[in-house]
Amino acid sequence: MNNANMMLAAPEFWVLAMACVILIVDLFLDEERRGIIHLLAMLTLVFAAIMTLRSNYVSEGVHSAVAFNGSFIRDPMGDVLKLFSFLVLGIVYIYAKFFLRQFRMFRADFYTLSLFALLGVMLLISANSLVMVYLGLELISLSSYALVAFDRDSRIGSEAAMKYFVLGSMASGMLLYGMSMIYGATGTMDLYQVSTAVKSVGSDDPLLVFGLVFLVAGLAFKLGVVPFHMWIPDVYHGAPVATTLFISSVPKMAAFAMAFRLLQTGLGEMQGDWSQMLSILAVLSIILGNVVAIAQTNIKRMLAYSTISHMGFVLLGLLPGTASGYGAGMFYVIVYSLMSAAGFGMVMLLSARGVEADKLDDFKGLNQRNSWYAAVMAMVMFSMAGVPVFVGFFAKWMVIKAALDAGLMWLAIVAVVFSVVGAFYYLRVVKLMYFDEPLTESEIDAPVDFRAAISLNGIMMIGLGIFSSSLIAVCMASFGA
Amino acid sequence: MSSTWPILSVLIWLPIFGGLAVIAVGEHRAALARLMALAIAGVTFILSITLFTAFDVSTAAMQFTEFKPWIATFDIFYSLGVDGFSVPLILLTTFFGVLVVIAGWEVIQVKVNQYMAAFLIMEGLMVGVFSATDAMLFYVFFEAMLIPMFLVIGMWGGPRRVYATIKFFLYTFLGSVFMLIGLIYLYIQSGSWSILEWHQFPLTLSVQKWLFLGFLAAFSVKIPMWPVHTWLPDAHVEAPTGGSVVLAAIMLKIGGYGFIRFSLPITPDAAAALDWLIITLSLIAVVYIGFVALVQQDMKKLIAYSSISHMGFVTLGLFIAFAVFQNTENGRGAALGVEGAMVQMISHGFVSGALFLCVGVLYDRLHSRMIADYGGVANTMPWFAALAVLFFMANSGLPGTSGFVGEFMVILAAFQANFWYAFLAAITLILGAAYSLWLVKRVIFGEVANQNVAQLEDINAREALVLGTLAVAVLLVGLWPEPLVNLMHASVEQLLQHIQQPKFSVSGI
Repeated sequence: MNNANMMLAAPEFWVLAMACVILIVDLFLDEERRGIIHLLAMLTLVFAAIMTLRSNYVSEGVHSAVAFNGSFIRDPMGDVLKLFSFLVLGIVYIYAKFFLRQFRMFRADFYTLSLFALLGVMLLISANSLVMVYLGLELISLSSYALVAFDRDSRIGSEAAMKYFVLGSMASGMLLYGMSMIYGATGTMDLYQVSTAVKSVGSDDPLLVFGLVFLVAGLAFKLGVVPFHMWIPDVYHGAPVATTLFISSVPKMAAFAMAFRLLQTGLGEMQGDWSQMLSILAVLSIILGNVVAIAQTNIKRMLAYSTISHMGFVLLGLLPGTASGYGAGMFYVIVYSLMSAAGFGMVMLLSARGVEADKLDDFKGLNQRNSWYAAVMAMVMFSMAGVPVFVGFFAKWMVIKAALDAGLMWLAIVAVVFSVVGAFYYLRVVKLMYFDEPLTESEIDAPVDFRAAISLNGIMMIGLGIFSSSLIAVCMASFGA
Repeated sequence: MSSTWPILSVLIWLPIFGGLAVIAVGEHRAALARLMALAIAGVTFILSITLFTAFDVSTAAMQFTEFKPWIATFDIFYSLGVDGFSVPLILLTTFFGVLVVIAGWEVIQVKVNQYMAAFLIMEGLMVGVFSATDAMLFYVFFEAMLIPMFLVIGMWGGPRRVYATIKFFLYTFLGSVFMLIGLIYLYIQSGSWSILEWHQFPLTLSVQKWLFLGFLAAFSVKIPMWPVHTWLPDAHVEAPTGGSVVLAAIMLKIGGYGFIRFSLPITPDAAAALDWLIITLSLIAVVYIGFVALVQQDMKKLIAYSSISHMGFVTLGLFIAFAVFQNTENGRGAALGVEGAMVQMISHGFVSGALFLCVGVLYDRLHSRMIADYGGVANTMPWFAALAVLFFMANSGLPGTSGFVGEFMVILAAFQANFWYAFLAAITLILGAAYSLWLVKRVIFGEVANQNVAQLEDINAREALVLGTLAVAVLLVGLWPEPLVNLMHASVEQLLQHIQQPKFSVSGI
């Protein structure tokens, strides 16, 4: 039994072990040989992916397996999200290596902290009890707070970290409070048992409803949807781009899984209640995110508001409570992570020594400086705007279909109208790159692995769009849709 | 009939991959980029002619069909096929594909490879729009097409290009997202994305009305109809000549094609119930926009407004059918209306493309589009003047030119529906003649207006080739429209049969 537990959680143990190994190895390395850390971290991801792929718990008619007394679960959704977390984190590392070197911040701490956060992500994705959810979440959050303050001498960085910490702790508190109420009402931490207990208690039990409200609030904070979005722009802006890229991509996949586990697995009976809450959050996020992004002049802030609206779309997939809706939401969050990686990757690429290229104006005339990078950024922007044939379109299309399936016509209309509003600020980036004159003629230079990664990342925007069928099928199959 | 090789796929992907190859040659080898673009566009056009020669005119069924799974989870197929409506439009597209490459030969000097590539990719996407028989595939082509046009206007356009191109993009994008909701709704109801299956799918009248409005939002912006036309004059004025040509000659036709492929057959009862709306808007476009064209100072703007007014004829011809059915016994006039609309689209493609090229010829020399800056051009550019006058005559619907055929057919159909429709529609013959000929008088004839005009050089061989080809096309369609009408006849008959049968009673909903 114990052995089986270990086997199921092998990737988690491996990541934990490697994070510790990197921490120690770094003590014996000097500045020149720090590249080894990068290699070790990449190796960690590759083997974690292999372990995830190879562990065989699926047998005839059984699609999931639990371990550690039911608090840890392996299922197809979790595996797919974990694999994409490894992929995106790998991309993050390639971008970050170049960026951190430029800014003289190339220290092993970035790798250890982000690996611990990854561990949190994996635990959260696989969490099947309230305690495990909280554990995973806090592991992500605490590592992220430190990552935001990674540039010790940056004032806005420290400010952002402080804000993030204070607000994040409050959100954790709310979540914990909600969990305690649900525990009080159901008498169990295990999400499967919560779900059966809810049936007997009745979904209109006031304690449960209160608990749900706090749970949703905590969840909304972690996803960063209106009205719990205040931290997003400041944190994205204040943190070094490498950190922004990390916190905007990988943890979002975990947040999606957390929403699914808590709301569907645990409180599926109360779908009527949380679906209404989520629809308000979704509409507000889509509207506010897209409208306020128009006013931004800093691309990190612009992408922050764009994240808010994207998370609104993810909620749109979650709220019908149908298998195809979850599949759509999962596809959206994966696609979003890849788009976000490419977008922030471009910001890093343009950052010259010691100065972050985070103004929109830094993108001026990019087509004249290097037409391939301009094309990559344009593909990311069109994809985020949801223009076919880019993959972002298919993501939007699927969540809108999920909403229409559930008969939520008005939500679908709000979503499409405001995605047109959103198209405006994405187009503005394209406009700056293609229609304006460059402010500087300096060469854009990057190591070969960076160039390969950003090119591949850009090609994914159109490649995953044209050949979206297998990823869509995987996401849908994860929920049996 | 089925073809042995996937000609439609070739027509779509050859220009697209060709365009990518042209980008790859780099900015500094402009001559090579031009030659490659010409070769790709030329080959595409020659291949597309086989569509015409091998097309079976006796059937309304889809031909040259291709069918492969694309996104199986949602029953989306890569399915292509053409009928009598799409073949002429595809030929128009590939024809202009060659012309815009030649037209931009010397005029475009910066980023030649990207310019040529944008047009080639656009060409492939437009052929895709006309040949997709899966609604999702159609939508993907329909929207993706905006991107190259957005870049073309923004990168090589005039002083207010940024405003114009963003307006163009957002207008069309907003229109089409409503259609997207309609399409998804139809999929949820029917479990299929096949446009042809949707044609047979029963829907209640109220659902049809909502769907109809969704389609209307997309196609009325695209075609464009009054009052959502305002992006067009801006986009035309700021676009480079090639952009204006493609916009006027082909992109506007996609709106008309959308009505034929979606609105009429999928929601026939709603179309019958709401035909008054379309007819009213069309007549406003024909008459009011005709007056607006009259007062323009800018030649490109004048042609843009004239385009809107001519497109009014297309929508009128398509929707007059319902009134004809009501008011006559046999409903023979209905076919005239739809065929007239189709001929009008093709004709307007040639004429407006040619007119924008004419303005381009003048603009390349004097860098002004203002009517007031010209006068007496005929004295210095006799060959140009001859061709330009022909095109303006065709624009005003002179018999013997292609402009006459379509307008005349639509007016005839309108007469069978209602005298006043026909009367109002016929006003365009006067207005069209007024703004066209008045422009000719001010720009081409008269005394040489100023020093600049006196120094103008007549068109060179390249320009003569482009304009001459178009002149032949305009006269050919004008004098001998038979092959064109034959091409679409079976499809028109089938469409009209189809829209007369109420859909909501089929299954007794």
